[in-house]
Parts: sequence; C-alpha cells; structure tokens
Amino acid sequence: MAIPTFTFDAVIIGAGGAGMRAALALAKSGYNTALVSKVFPTRSHTVSAQGGITCAIGNAHEDDWRWHMYDTVKGSDFIGDQDCIEYMCKTGPECVYELEHMGLPFSRTDDGKIYQRPFGGQSRNFGGEQAARTCAAADRTGHALLHTLYQQNLQANTHVFSEWYAIDLVKASHGKGFAGVTVMNIETGEVAFMHARAIVFATGGAGRIFQSTTNALINTGDGIGIALRAGLPVQDMEMWQFHPTGIAGAGTLVTEGCRGEGGYLINKDGERFMERYAPHAKDLASRDVVSRAMALEIRAGNGFETKGVQHVKLNLVHLGADLIKSRLPGIRELSMTFAGVDPIIEPIPVVPTCHYMMGGIPTNVHGEVLTVDADGTERSVEGLYAAGECACVSVHGANRLGGNSLLDLVVFGRAAGLHVEDQLQEHLPLHPVSDDDIEAATGRLRRWQDNKDGESVSDIKAEMQKVMQEDFGVFRTAEYMASGVEKIKGLRERLQHAVLTDHSKVFNTARIEALELDNLMEVAAATAFAADFRTESRGAHSREDFPKRDDENWLVHSLYFAEGDRLSTRGVNMKPKTMDPFEPVERVY
Amino acid sequence: MTEETQKIHFKIYRYNPETDKAPVMKDYYLEVPKATDMMLLSALIQLKAQDETIAFRRSCREGVCGSDGMNINGRNGLACITTLSSLKQPIVIRPLPGFPVVRDLVVDMEQFYRQYEKIKPYLQNDEPAPAKERLQSPKDRKKLDGLYECILCACCSSSCPSFWWNPDKFIGPAGLLQAYRFIVDSRDNQTTERLKDLEDPFSVFRCRGIMNCVDVCPKGLNPTKAIGKIRSQLLKEGT
Ligand SMILES: Cc1cc2nc3c(=O)[nH]c(=O)nc-3n(C[C@H](O)[C@H](O)[C@H](O)COP(=O)(O)OP(=O)(O)OC[C@H]3O[C@@H](n4cnc5c(N)ncnc54)[C@H](O)[C@@H]3O)c2cc1C
Ligand code: SF4
Ligand code: SF4
Ligand code: FES
Repeated sequence: MAIPTFTFDAVIIGAGGAGMRAALALAKSGYNTALVSKVFPTRSHTVSAQGGITCAIGNAHEDDWRWHMYDTVKGSDFIGDQDCIEYMCKTGPECVYELEHMGLPFSRTDDGKIYQRPFGGQSRNFGGEQAARTCAAADRTGHALLHTLYQQNLQANTHVFSEWYAIDLVKASHGKGFAGVTVMNIETGEVAFMHARAIVFATGGAGRIFQSTTNALINTGDGIGIALRAGLPVQDMEMWQFHPTGIAGAGTLVTEGCRGEGGYLINKDGERFMERYAPHAKDLASRDVVSRAMALEIRAGNGFETKGVQHVKLNLVHLGADLIKSRLPGIRELSMTFAGVDPIIEPIPVVPTCHYMMGGIPTNVHGEVLTVDADGTERSVEGLYAAGECACVSVHGANRLGGNSLLDLVVFGRAAGLHVEDQLQEHLPLHPVSDDDIEAATGRLRRWQDNKDGESVSDIKAEMQKVMQEDFGVFRTAEYMASGVEKIKGLRERLQHAVLTDHSKVFNTARIEALELDNLMEVAAATAFAADFRTESRGAHSREDFPKRDDENWLVHSLYFAEGDRLSTRGVNMKPKTMDPFEPVERVY
Repeated sequence: MTEETQKIHFKIYRYNPETDKAPVMKDYYLEVPKATDMMLLSALIQLKAQDETIAFRRSCREGVCGSDGMNINGRNGLACITTLSSLKQPIVIRPLPGFPVVRDLVVDMEQFYRQYEKIKPYLQNDEPAPAKERLQSPKDRKKLDGLYECILCACCSSSCPSFWWNPDKFIGPAGLLQAYRFIVDSRDNQTTERLKDLEDPFSVFRCRGIMNCVDVCPKGLNPTKAIGKIRSQLLKEGT
C-alpha cells in the first residue's frame, strides 16, 4: 500500500499551548513546519485552563524566581528535576511578557500591570508568607492564551493541518532514529506519511483513563501511546494529580483561583476543615494535600451527599457578587450550568477529580526525548521532542503546582522550537524509510479494519475507566492495585479483538475513538504498573500500605517500557546551574 | 421503561456522502432518569454507543471550546451546555445551517474561518515592545470584556441571514466581534487601517441588525452592539 508522502523540516503534533508556542518559534526560523492537530487549534484542551500562569514578575509584592523555584521543588515532593525547574522559573517572566506583547488580554492591577493572584503552594522568601504569583486573565486564562497563540500563528502563516490525526511513528530504515509519522485526514479518511527531520510531540494529557476527570474528551494520551509502541519509555506515570475542586457528578473544574481569591472548603457541619489539616496554608496547601484531606473528611462521614455522590462544598458567598462577577465569571457560569448553583448565593458541591498527568515522555531541558538502551545507557533520541503535558521534563515531579502547567507549555514549547531550529541548522538529516516501516505504522488501522467479531470500543473504554477509578485513585494499596493490574492486562488483550462497525471514510469519528482507545489503554497500563512499582507515598501517589516517603529508595523517577511491561528507575537532577540545590526535607504546609 | 425512567425521542439529521443520496432525519430513543439534568452532548454520546456511525464534533464538554455548535429544535446552540429537560420532544437536531455538510452534524467551517482571518485577528503595534508588559488601565482592559471570550463556535454566523447570502463578502458577527476586540484594545495602534479594511459596502454594512446572533450566542456576547460601534466609527471617520 503506497500512501502519499509530505516532506517537512519539522512536524509538530498537537496545537495546544505547547505545540503552538513551538510552532511560533519555528515559524520565525523559515524552516518548513507542519502543525498537526486532531481538532481545530482553539478547540484544544488548553482552552479550558482557568486560573492562570505562574511566574515571579512581582506585580503584587516583591518576588524572586528562586522563591518560585523553591515552591516548585517542594511541591514536586523533590522528584522534579532541579535544572529544568530552575530554567522554567528563571525564563518564565520573559515568556509571560512575550504573551502580553502578543496581545493576551491579562486582567490588570490599578497601575496597569498584569494582575497576579494567590494560588496553592506559593510562598515568599523560601517558605514564608503566602505569595500571589499567578498571572490571570479573569478565570479564562487558557482560552486567552490559546486564542492569542493561534492568532500569532495565523499572522506567522504557520502551515496547520487541522483535523488530522497522528497514528504512529515510522522508524528510519537504518539505525535508531525516526523518519516521520503516519497521519490521517479526518475529513476524508486519507492516510499519509509525514517525512520529517524533526518531530515534536505536544499531544497533551490523558485524563480520560479515569471515569471522573476535569479533562476534555479528546485527552486520550495519543503521544504516550505512540511513544510506547515505538519502544520509548515513559516516566513517573503513577503520578496523577487529583484536583480538589471538580464539580461533584459532572467532573468539570472550578479553579484553585477561587480559593486564591478567598474561597474555602466546608464539610457538612459548615466547618472550614483545612485549618485542621494544614494550619499554615489552609485551603491553599498543595493540591495533593487538600485532595487527601477532602477524601478523609468524606470517609469520616463529614461529607454531603447529592444524588448518591459524596462531596464537600466550596464556599465563595462571602466574596460578594462584584468580585465573583469580575474575577470569576466563568466559574459562576460553570457552576450554574453543571451544579445548578449560583456561587453568589450558595456553596458549590466539589470532589477531588483526576486532573493532570505529571508523568509522560521523558525529555531534557531542550525538550529532546530521552531513552535508556538495553545496556542501561541514557541518551537523547535525535530529532524527537516532546513538550507540554505529554512530556515529563520533569518540572512537576510528584505533584504539580497550580499555574505551572501553562508556564511549562510556553517555556518548554519555545525551548523545543528553538532547539529544533538549532539542530536543523547543525545537522538533522531526513532519514531514509522503507515501505515496510511505513506499512508497520499503519498496522493499527488494518487491525480495526479487519477485526470482525468482538466487543465494542465504548464497552471496553467504560470498563477500563472503572478499573482505573476504583483501583488507582486518591488512595492506593497493593491489594487493589495487583488486581487492577490483572484487570488492565485482561482488557488490553480484549482490546486487540474489539471491533469497529463503521468503516466509512468521511469524518469517521468512531474510527478515531477506536485509535484513541489503543492509546488510553497504553496509558492505563503504564499507570497501573508504575503505581504498583513505587512502594512509598510521595506527592500525588498515596499508598495506605506504604504511608511514608522513602528517600533512600525512591528519590528517583520511575520508567516504564511497554515491551514486557518493564520497569526501572532514573536519577533525579539535583544540579541547578546557578545556585545550590534544594535538599529533600519533610513537606509541611 | 420503569417508573423512574423516561424515553426521550430524538430526530437526528443523518447524511454520509459516501453512501447517501440525500440526508434523512432518523429517529432515536434513549432511556434516561425522569428527573435528569443530563446535557444533550451526553445523550448524543450514549446514542453513539448504540449506533457508532453518528458523527459530531466535541472536545471540552463544558462550553469553552466551541466544537459542538448545532441546530437544536430550530435554534443554534452548544450540545454540551443544553439540558435535555429544557427541550421539547421530539428533539430535532440538525447541523448548523448555512454551511456545507461534511457528514451528519459535522459542517465545513472554512468560510467562517476565512472571514475571521480577514480581520487580522492579532494585536498589531509597530512601536517596539517594552522590557516588561505594555501597561493597560483596568478601565481600558474592561473594554475587551464581552469581546475576547468568543469561542468561534459559529452559532451566530450560522443564524445570520446576511451571512447566508454573502458568506464570502460579509465578515459576519463572529469575525466583526473580533475586529472590534482589536479596534478597542488600547495596545493596538492600527485602528485606522483596521477601519479602512472594513469600509466597503459588504464587510460590515451587510448587517441588517436582525439580532439573531445575539439571540443564540451561548457565551452571552453581543456582536450586534460591536457592529454598531464599528459602524459609527466608520461613519465618523468618513465625514
Ligand atoms: C479544566 C482545567 C483547567 C486548568 N487550568 C489550569 C490553569 O489555570 N493553569 C495551569 O497552569 N494549568 C491548568 N490546567 C492544565 C493545563 O491546561 C494543561 O496541562 C495544558 O493546557 C496542556 O497543554 P498541551 O499544550 O500540553 O496540550 P493540549 O492543550 O491538551 O493540546 C493537545 C493537542 O494535541 C493534539 N493531539 C492530541 N493527539 C493527537 C493526535 N493523535 N494527532 C493529532 N493531534 C493530536 C490535540 O488536537 C491538541 O491540539 C488546567 C487543566 C484543566 C483540565
Ligand atoms: S445583527 Fe447583523 S450580524 Fe447579527 S444576525 Fe443580524 S444581520 Fe447578522
Ligand atoms: S460570538 Fe458567540 S456565537 Fe458567535 S462564534 Fe463567538 S461565541 Fe459563538
Ligand atoms: S464540547 Fe466544547 S463547547 Fe461543547
């Protein structure tokens, strides 16, 4: 089967914040770049981000990027790579000013500067007073950021392949590199090969492995699945953030910015219970801490119940109508639509909800993908990059701080774009390919075409989500995880025989959902194996059978390879370039 | 059906150009709890589990990405924030009117995007940027409220008769809303050029003030008002 070939210097897969920032860097380089997205760019999940983008520009009080770095390292429970965190916090202000110059409509302070609000886990002076460091455009920062980046890409004439779906990586016919990626035009069903010197993954998160998530329906971990099938490892996949305030029943998020603006959580007695769990930071403790406290309150019978769902409530009433309308208008809209509650009048029902994938494709500070060879040597994969939520740089470690993801997107999206340009100038070759290798990268399509008798995509997906929700949630134990791993293995096998009934070409969304489920299953398996592997509690990974952090054995990243479900570990970078490292200490808020 | 559930009747526009000569309205039924706050998008997803050939776009499922604009009981809206309980049965669902249909509820939005691109939807300022942010007073920033929040769902343009007749020449409500967003942005200094680009008889002046756009915008935005402001600025400049 010969399929059409397009040739580019660089192909970026994903047009969320990370992909569009990378594309913008490359557009200015003059290299022939393709930006591929399975949805029209402004429909990417970044559009949903609410609260803001964190960096130390000091508009609310004196600030220092090192303080931001301290908070981020502590937030990561010390398995964030300190060289990368240093780079992010230091470069952050420049990247945020760039966004402002591009036209991002930030909210403003009285003197006309970018407005900054307090978020969880933020401190001044290395653990002192609460800081206000998150730059916001009301509670629609992601929308404002994504549209601004799209607009800039329009101006820069970026070549966008909108509603094209990336299927798999194609190996180079010699050696270790990759020559490109197979793609499908969703509108026509046409399959093509994109031959490229550099490939950047910016495919976003995978929250849809869980039943209840704040993530968009398109967050199916495609980049993770593609990387794993190509023999590459993924890192820290046990680390999933559960956001404290998902709307009970619906899963839609209400931003941490609500608590930043002065909102607080209450139990059924009206008690502001975070005062007991985090006496100093209270409701603005780190997300893992707040989510666990909520789960414990509900377990202790202190929750509310609505339509069979146990929850606590987020109170904003005391903030008053004016503040809610000007700073949190989107939250009010969501709350009225999905909870039937106007937060000006009554508190919002909330539960901890799967929100963010800290793990992903391991990369270095330039966004270059890392792998480990059979003999244990670590190396970067020439011409292959990852940035944004699908990557694990790792700046978030075991727990991401609010507002640090949008920052990660623009800092490392840009870094990857710049490094690709640099490497294109230096040497990156266009690798030769064989028809067999291209053919191999369309194998999944043929499987879905040929399978005749089996279960449906929606049934297997629902079962997988149930297993992940029940066995790999906020609290984990060996017993449940062991049975969870077995169930996922079984489902993974059944998926090989699942059937697609719609074989039409034009805008066949059933086929896309089938291809997506292959990827979700890879992510679920990586998560399950890695969670069972790490026998300690750290950040978002909370084990009842190993309640303590164990720095002696586990101050490391986990690595998972799909082949043989192999697990190993990698050291954490403790060598920032310009300062002394932050040594691990007990984490209290 | 039990005492606690009810059967909901849908009529859905079906058309696959590979196999169908003409579109048909097909009946579907779904059993849901009696007192339900289910969104139409969730219902469509459940119907798709029964018949996976139904095609529609969706992403955020919370009214912010603009993917699932469709015509619901004769009115454009987003399926993900429309409750079943607010809809009369049978619930009739069609693709957005005025656009070529790709398949089922999926329309070709090229024309809509081209009109958006025409207004140069990016900040232009030919003065060198300062080292930090460009300052903007809260009062000037407030002028962008009600404009920048557009999610490009096309519910408005697809309900606008002027856009149906001249989709190639009339910018349409969504594009004009964004045109005004950049005209009023205190940080953009190309206002004169922007207005000049709009002074022909079609780009803005085809708007007949019918207000369909305001009526359907799921984000509560008001393109007609923005168009009125552009118009009066054009008339002022013209004299
Ligand atoms: C509700 C919500 C609120 C949030 N609020 C904040 C916040 O206030 N601050 C903050 O810092 N973070 C926030 N986050 C996190 C943050 O928004 C995300 O981590 C971030 O937007 C991810 O961006 P991305 O560029 O990596 O990917 P995405 O924006 O998810 O984009 C992924 C892109 O990849 C494309 N893609 C995926 N697979 C394929 C494929 N196979 N083929 C082709 N294209 C593909 C998609 O089309 C899309 O364009 C929030 C998250 C949620 C869920
Ligand atoms: S007011 Fe103008 S833009 Fe809006 S629907 Fe009517 S004609 Fe169209
Ligand atoms: S103005 Fe409203 S209806 Fe029109 S595209 Fe924007 S959000 Fe949609
Ligand atoms: S799915 Fe995003 S607006 Fe409805």
